[in-house]
Amino acid sequence: MKILAVCGSGLGTSFMVEMNINQVLGELGITGVEVSHSDLSSATPADADVFFLAKDIAEGGEHLGEVIVLDNIIDMDELREKVRKMAEERNLI
Amino acid sequence: MTGVLTTLVDILSQPSILVAMIALIGLIAQRKNLSDTMKGTTKTFVGFLVIAAGAGILEVALLPFGTMFQEAFNVAGVVPNNEAIVALALNEYGSSTALIMFFGMVVNVIIARFTRFKYIFLTGHHALYMACMLAVIMAVAGFTTIPQIAAGAVALGIIMTLSPAIVQPFIRKLTGNDNVALGHFSAVGYALSGLVGKAVGGKEPTSTEKINFPKGLGFLRDSTVSIALTMVVMYFVVAIAAGPTFIEAELSDGTNFLVFSLIQAGNFAAGVFVILAGVRLVLAEIVPAFKGISTKLVPNAKPALDVPIVFTYAPNAVLIGFFSSFAGGLFSMIFMALAGSTIILPGVVPHFFTGAAAGVFGNATGGIKGAVAGSFVNGIIISFLPVFLLPVLGDLGFANTTFSDADFGVSGIFFGSLANFAGPVAIVISLIVILLLMAIPFKKKEKTA
Repeated sequence: MKILAVCGSGLGTSFMVEMNINQVLGELGITGVEVSHSDLSSATPADADVFFLAKDIAEGGEHLGEVIVLDNIIDMDELREKVRKMAEERNLI
Repeated sequence: MTGVLTTLVDILSQPSILVAMIALIGLIAQRKNLSDTMKGTTKTFVGFLVIAAGAGILEVALLPFGTMFQEAFNVAGVVPNNEAIVALALNEYGSSTALIMFFGMVVNVIIARFTRFKYIFLTGHHALYMACMLAVIMAVAGFTTIPQIAAGAVALGIIMTLSPAIVQPFIRKLTGNDNVALGHFSAVGYALSGLVGKAVGGKEPTSTEKINFPKGLGFLRDSTVSIALTMVVMYFVVAIAAGPTFIEAELSDGTNFLVFSLIQAGNFAAGVFVILAGVRLVLAEIVPAFKGISTKLVPNAKPALDVPIVFTYAPNAVLIGFFSSFAGGLFSMIFMALAGSTIILPGVVPHFFTGAAAGVFGNATGGIKGAVAGSFVNGIIISFLPVFLLPVLGDLGFANTTFSDADFGVSGIFFGSLANFAGPVAIVISLIVILLLMAIPFKKKEKTA
């Protein structure tokens, strides 16, 4: 199972989201999920099973497949909620 | 014995090995397992070599542009692009950049621990670029290796702490809380945009978010696309001005001048793409280690994060800010052409990122008027600062590219002017004075470095 955090330049924001997803997965006690980050240009649907994007680049990432859009990328509560929901759907919890 | 010593010097003068060692230290400090440690160290090592390879691509793509510009307009034209200038500078200043970045992060944590500035700067690529610029400026100022690294690291630590502090009042206004900060080295432009917004906004400013915008400009957010397209436009304009005869005789070896320009513009974008891939590899291990260690050491640390975190607060202001900042850049370019100085061409990337954020802050304080006026001012600032930065960069000032964001200009000009005024001594004194001012515990107006 792979998760990819994506932002425009693949440097700062997506990296922060990656670290936060790792933190949330740790809180939920989920192991065996690989999280990485990338820029919008390089990301392809084959890169991961689930993609996390900020709202401002959501229209550019529609081709990626299963996309989860974050309304507020610094809101940990929103991220917790969305990661938990994703994990429940995939029977990881 | 001397054999061992020269080998050691050889190892440490290779930035790729040095950065790999820094990553290794970070991974061991986090008690990672052997597999993760090996993976992280190797990726960091290779990442630095990828940056150097990207620099090669860029250099080949930029040289003809400078030659054409000179032929066409008889003045130098510079395209500010952080990735480009850093990659070129790392050829000579790689090791000192790596050490300044590492110790600068240490200084950032120490300042955050012991003063009221609790900001931990987590935008790794900007820390790397700033470390690189400081390595150049300290060397040009006349520091020898060890003092160069010491002064550079202290300066970097100070800038990493003060830059978020300048914007924080506006971040508080925008987010309504004080939990996160902005870690992006164009803070001077953002703070000014916020102030301009306050000045022009009037009593009840209308927010940009009340406007209904057509969608469809999303492709600009993809930096590869936007860099390639702007470079194609710029290259074509300059190529047509320089004329096919000159280009086909001097540069392209007989290839059609527009085809040649198209390929060079594409190469420029390719070079930036490769450099960014390298930067990503290098930072992947260093930033989490820095974050992990700093949160342990600094109670109430505020992470200073990359600029897109503010974009989601006002998506319309992002577009307005970009266009208005770009207009400011075009206005400045025309002014420079008339004045006969070096011409700074507006780069789409710096204007997009800094203009967008300036728009968001201008909107927060002054609505639509504030967003337009604030980011226009930002566009002028990031056009004129590079002009004054060029002379303090030594030989690098003659490259066809330079640092783009406001804080690079402000801090570079600050330390460079001090060095011109009274040499390295002045820089050392200024660093001590700034540190003392920052250590004052009660509320005081902080000077911006």
